Amino acid sequence: MPGSGTAASAAIGAEPHIIVRNLTMAYGSFVLMRDLNFTVKRGDIFVIMGGSGCGKSTLMRHLVGLKEPAAGEIFYRDFNFTRAQPHERELMLRRFGILYQSGALWSSMTLAENVGLPLEEFTNLTPEQIRKIASLKLALVGLKGFEDFYPSEISGGMQKRAGLARAMALDPEVLFFDEPSAGLDPISSRLLDELILELRDSLGATIVVVTHELASIFTIANNSVFLDAESRTQIATGDPHEMLAHSTDPRVRKFLTRGAEKNGAENSHG
Amino acid sequence: MSMTQSQLRQGSIALDRSDSTLRLRLNGHWHLSRDLPAASSVIAELFKQPAPRVVSFDTSGLSGWDSGLISFLLEVESACRERGIKDDREGLPAGIRRLIELAEAVPEKEGTRAAARRASILERVGDRVLAYSVGMADFLTFLGDLSIAMFKFVRGKARYRTFDFMETVQQSGPEAVGIVSLIAFLVGVILAFMGAVQLQQFGASIYVADLVGIGMVRDMGAMMTAIIMSGRTGAAFAAKLGTMKVTQEIDAFTTMGISPLEFLVLPRVMALILMMPLLCLFADLVGILGGAFVGITMLDLSFSTYMRETISTFTFVNFIGGLAKGTTYGALIGLAGCLRGFQCGNSSSAVGDAATQAVVMSIVMVVAACGAFAVAFNILRI
Repeated sequence: MPGSGTAASAAIGAEPHIIVRNLTMAYGSFVLMRDLNFTVKRGDIFVIMGGSGCGKSTLMRHLVGLKEPAAGEIFYRDFNFTRAQPHERELMLRRFGILYQSGALWSSMTLAENVGLPLEEFTNLTPEQIRKIASLKLALVGLKGFEDFYPSEISGGMQKRAGLARAMALDPEVLFFDEPSAGLDPISSRLLDELILELRDSLGATIVVVTHELASIFTIANNSVFLDAESRTQIATGDPHEMLAHSTDPRVRKFLTRGAEKNGAENSHG
Repeated sequence: MSMTQSQLRQGSIALDRSDSTLRLRLNGHWHLSRDLPAASSVIAELFKQPAPRVVSFDTSGLSGWDSGLISFLLEVESACRERGIKDDREGLPAGIRRLIELAEAVPEKEGTRAAARRASILERVGDRVLAYSVGMADFLTFLGDLSIAMFKFVRGKARYRTFDFMETVQQSGPEAVGIVSLIAFLVGVILAFMGAVQLQQFGASIYVADLVGIGMVRDMGAMMTAIIMSGRTGAAFAAKLGTMKVTQEIDAFTTMGISPLEFLVLPRVMALILMMPLLCLFADLVGILGGAFVGITMLDLSFSTYMRETISTFTFVNFIGGLAKGTTYGALIGLAGCLRGFQCGNSSSAVGDAATQAVVMSIVMVVAACGAFAVAFNILRI
């Protein structure tokens, strides 16, 4: 399995991991975004940003195969994810970990069962081993002792962290986060950011985050794509810090400075 | 002037027209809870020749206002814009001016209204037909996938949790016995009453036993059980799966490489297929007891004669027929419930719709299947 610790530091800026080519996203005949082209490198923390309703989450749904592209292709290294056979794709999916916006924990299972299910399904571990690993993953997200709670019995922030524990169950190569800070207080949100950084460094995983939280973006991201609803395509890619420093596009500047063009630049860096 | 008097003064408007300026004098209390003057009278004035070049406001007589005034002013302003008349907001209080500016800050997106417009009848009929054909294709795909999953289940290769399966068996079997017995008993009583009134006239009241026995075993037992289970279990399946769809739990299965069809639908459908025939058998028995109750209390038959008569009418084939129906109905209810749950939209009201549609769909399918069975049994001379 992936995630050998040694790769972590060397991996940043290394080979391309996710390649999106000429992707067009559409609902029926309504085109949401067209001509998306970007590359996520191994070990990147890649942010998909843009205003509300511009298709950030939809782009993530495409990346994990929940929605089929209207045109274009998605590659994971050399593997053509869009054109792959269902069973090949299933194998690829096992290397993904996904944290959904609301956590999406399976409500009829306890936290330990939630985290343990992927292990139960895809490994030959014994129930005791599974239980141990589930406890470990829950401990990693600060939920030690909550193994036998049901998702409805814990708070929203805890559900999110438990969702993250489940996403990490199979030591994924790629972690997807859909609006990780939505519905969290600033401190929890900050802790989650630190956890994301920690995961990248310890697992060497490539991380894709959908968010519009500026504080979060500048803390974690080293690469990004900026989607614009008006022109229905990407208008910038690259390191958000660079974007803030050098971008001349008023839409990008406006977003990255919270609309305060002039004096926002210096402040947001901190 | 006292406070109460001024509060009672309704909002009113006076128009002063000098050659190029139309001055709107707003007086009194402009609150939505009162009858406010319509903007149309002012707008009509704007269209009178020669048109004014400037519209200005005088609010010195205005004693109170809320959204009613703002919407009035917005209407007037948009009419002014259309005609190229300048509006002079100087005379308006600062609060009103700011709200108007806020309302106009984000211009209307082009095409927003077009999407919401009402389609013509032809377009709607066409859309509906297309939606039906898509729905039919979805149904067949689902049926096909489910068949494959069932084949895997039979070969012991399907991935699902035994606990889920047993839980659904518990919910759709033992827990349904109470309501099924009640309804079956009543149906037996009703059948017996209907028959008794007629048969008594010929002194053939013993044949009530035949009527109830055959009626329950061949049709009513399975049918009534199916209708109860549609409302009880089918709706529950749709609501549960629909909610899981809304909370992205189903997505979480898919992206984990676990087929939600195998994991969620299969144990549910299999549990129903397993439990329905048993429930039907039970309903048959209770229905017959209901008939016997009427026979004993109303027709002075003894329990043993009633039962002997009932048993003498049965054939093995009757039983098998009833069981086959029960199994089929179970599959249909499970299918409808799970399909509607999977097709659920992304809101809480969609979950309600999914449950409703699941019940309607399964009852329709059950009754249609009942008809098909009747024709088939007739041809086969069973």
